Amino acid sequence: MNGPIQLDLVDEVLELVRRAATVLPEDMVQALERGRAQEEPGSAAEQALATILKNVAMAREKSTPICQDTGTPIFEVHHPFGVSTRMLTEQIHEAVAQATAKAYLRPNAVDSLTGKNSGNNLGLDFPTIHFHEWDEDRIFITLQLKGGGSENVSTQYKLPDARLGAGRDLEGVRRAVLDAVVKAQGKGCAPGVLGVAIGGDRGTGYIVAKRQLLRKIDDVNPDPQLAALEARILEEANELGIGPMGFGGKTTVLGVKVGVAHRLPACYFVTVAYMCWANRRAEMNVSLQDGQVTEVSYA
Amino acid sequence: MHRLTTPISDEEIRALHVGDTVYLNGIVVTGRDAAHKYMIEHFIRNEPTDPEDVALLEKLRVLLNGGVLYHCGPVVKKNEDGSWTFVAAGPTTSIREEVYEADVIRFFNLKGVIGKGGMGPNTLKACMEQPAVYFHAIGGAATLIAQSVKEVVDVFKLDFGVPEAMWVIRVEDFPVVVTMDSHGQSIHEKIQQESEERFKELLLR
Repeated sequence: MNGPIQLDLVDEVLELVRRAATVLPEDMVQALERGRAQEEPGSAAEQALATILKNVAMAREKSTPICQDTGTPIFEVHHPFGVSTRMLTEQIHEAVAQATAKAYLRPNAVDSLTGKNSGNNLGLDFPTIHFHEWDEDRIFITLQLKGGGSENVSTQYKLPDARLGAGRDLEGVRRAVLDAVVKAQGKGCAPGVLGVAIGGDRGTGYIVAKRQLLRKIDDVNPDPQLAALEARILEEANELGIGPMGFGGKTTVLGVKVGVAHRLPACYFVTVAYMCWANRRAEMNVSLQDGQVTEVSYA
Repeated sequence: MHRLTTPISDEEIRALHVGDTVYLNGIVVTGRDAAHKYMIEHFIRNEPTDPEDVALLEKLRVLLNGGVLYHCGPVVKKNEDGSWTFVAAGPTTSIREEVYEADVIRFFNLKGVIGKGGMGPNTLKACMEQPAVYFHAIGGAATLIAQSVKEVVDVFKLDFGVPEAMWVIRVEDFPVVVTMDSHGQSIHEKIQQESEERFKELLLR
């Protein structure tokens, strides 16, 4: 191979953004339908879920945003050796600006000092892009759109926590995560999905927690201890009675996904990345051969 | 089921109770974080002197008297003729405006606030006195709600950016649920208390 691989993925990334903003993943749609089926017919909870499902279908059909808060775009990019991350960053930025001009994304990047909206979703550390080099001969990009309402109710606990009687163990994690659900009430657009990280520092805690939201809603954690914890928190969170939009009801949380990172001896963080029901995620695979794109697919 | 058109009367507001479904019609004005801060600082705490502010206040007084303020930062599209279309327009979380809302309700004689997630005791008190209600729209149902927006009549403070600007819109049968009424009832307060009780029980397991 001579020199870096030259690619132009702007159009492909634009399509990835369009899909993420306008098409709710099928597993999320099914989870919402299961929620609707278990609510009292005619109740506020059931009607809220019916409205949500109607909106999801309409957004898909019209190719318009599911939610007006198209959030922070978070890209995770896996790439082979020889692909310039600077080149990909520029192309992702261009695609994000184009997606904003096409109203797939709301202009969401605000200067924290002046309050000025950049108008194109580009700004300091905005959007978020994480690169991972790997051995495979393909580029794989996931995109999450994480809205502000759910970001505001996301939270981080430092264990032990005397108020919750939460120690540095999985029982402590359970208590912290349930507390986060009670605190969130309907404000993060329940029924939500909980991405949880045990450990890490304060920064990696949120990165790992948000990454859990990429998992399919009904997958099972390969670690049996964590699988049991996820199932228990899911069941108990749905006993809280908060319900869709906080109207009351059985469907408060659609999924709980727990990941782990190594921690410092002194620190035990439990990070809860609360995601709204509009858990928007999309992925794109770009197959490469001899530095040329052979196939692009989306899921 | 209630169908109301702005401006809304006190009698119509007093007839509403938590849990009621309402279809809203007429003029609604959007306003969220930047707009609330601006209204408090430039109109409510201080008499405006800047001619632009004076003119804006005059317009808002008319639009919001008996009117409805919507916590919303929409996705909009500018049409070739210069007009605007709402593409996606669900509610944003209202509790951030709790520190401002009671004053805004009283100052403009608002009859309703649309948002999501509910508001706190200050707003509830203002709802009882004014009277006014809190209308809950379905969070995230942005494309669906945009279908209720028939016309973008005007826009103020576009320099705040698209999400934070004050959009004057005409809506038809915008579906909302009353979750805080003018009789002191709040679904949010009730669910919060009940869920905290349930949480205490779960901690004993």
